[in-house]
This record gives sequence, structure tokens and C-alpha cells, in this order.
Amino acid sequence: MNRSYEVMFIVRPDMVDEDLNKLISTLESSVTSAGGTAKSEIWGKRRLAYKVAKFNDGIFVLLMIEGVGSIVHEVERRLRVTEQVIKFITVRTDEELKRLDKVKKIRESRKKTSTATVAPVTPEASSEPAAAPTA
Amino acid sequence: MAEETKPQSAATEGGSSSGGGRPEGRSDRGGDRGGPRGPRPGGGPGGPREGGRKYFRRKKVCKFCVEKIEAVNYKDVRLLAQFVAESGKITPRRLTGVCTPHQRRLSRAIKQARNIALLPFAGRAQ
Repeated sequence: MNRSYEVMFIVRPDMVDEDLNKLISTLESSVTSAGGTAKSEIWGKRRLAYKVAKFNDGIFVLLMIEGVGSIVHEVERRLRVTEQVIKFITVRTDEELKRLDKVKKIRESRKKTSTATVAPVTPEASSEPAAAPTA
Repeated sequence: MAEETKPQSAATEGGSSSGGGRPEGRSDRGGDRGGPRGPRPGGGPGGPREGGRKYFRRKKVCKFCVEKIEAVNYKDVRLLAQFVAESGKITPRRLTGVCTPHQRRLSRAIKQARNIALLPFAGRAQ
């Protein structure tokens, strides 16, 4: 029962690197201690599309979590409490990944059947690249 | 091939139904400037249906279907920004030619990006 989530949050631009790393490791440890996996990516300083908490830039951090919903609840609570975090958004990604996998499998199975039979001369544009991918 | 024809057939079905049912010239939608529109620019070879429609627009295909971009993420701002007007509004489907399921996913992604300050709610996107 592992759902996957992505939490993207923005941190004040005047935050020090080590504080940021400390914050991220705290969040990651809270995830792993509750029995999930976490992976983080720091995107770096970016210009914001609008002013948030009187800042025009912010440091973007992406946190990928796998686990139950309560883990994410806890992470969000911590983010809300932390003063340095000015915005966050949580997105659930497992359904989307499931759908992408399904589409990929359908495409691959279609490629396999058409390359195996060879008989259909009708232009199957989606399957031809399987034999000779035209870049 | 089924995958390719599916969005096309769906689009042409939608186009023909709207072309037939829409009263000539009347539009209660605020954004429909320019009077009666011809057959909806659905994807792929539609051809001027019901002959004699003058406002046939150039054929428009769904960018996502053509390039087979499956996942629309709120994170790829450059892709999303192509479907957002100067004012920050989401461009309607009839102008961009995107098919319905992709437009729905696209608009969801744009709204998520707006929430995380990657795209503006209003005003120019940097």
C-alpha cells in the first residue's frame, strides 16, 4: 500500500545552505522513521511568479515520498511550522505513474505484435519506429 | 494506430456535433469574438464538413498527441507556458488545438504551477 507523493516547497532565499540541508534531513528522517522512503532534490534559487511573503525569489526543494498518508500529513505539519518555508504543495503521483505504465505497456505490446507478424503492410506509424527509430 | 485515430475520431465527433447544433452567429459565450465559427478545429484530417463553411481554420493537431507526451507535470514550466496567454490566462482549446483529455491535464498542471509560484495567476510570466 505504497502511495507516492511529491512535496515541493519554497524556502526563503536568504537561507543558508547548511540550514537548508538540516531542514531537509529532518524531514527525510521523519519520513523514514515512520516507515517510508524519501528522496530530495534541491532546485536552487528561482524567481517567483509573484510575491510570496514579500520575497521575489525563493529556493525550490522537491521531496519525493513513498508511504502512507499520515507520513505526508506529518511532513506538511512540519513545513507549516517552519518559518523559513514560505509555500508548499503536495501532489499524489502514484495514480499517474500507474497510468503511464499502462500506456507504455500497451504501446510496447502493440509494437511487439506488429513486428512479430510483419504481414500488415498498412502503415502503423506508431509501430514502425520500433524496428528503426527515426530520430 | 488505434491510439492515433482515437483522439481524431473523438475530436471530429465533437466538431460535427457542435457545428450542427450551434445556432448560426449566436454566441452566448463572452469570449467568442468574430461571429460564427466554422467546424471546431479538431485534430487531423477533418476537411470542411457540410461544405461551404467559410471559417474553416487551418488543421490543428494536439501537440501532446503528436509528440506522444504522456505526462504533463506542473514542474515543466516551459511546456506549460506555451499554453498560457500573456495575461496569464489558460488559452482555450479551440486556439491551441489540444485534445480534451490533454487539455484537462494541462489545465490541472497549470493550476498547480500557479499555486507553487511557477506561473503567475495574472500578469506576465517572466
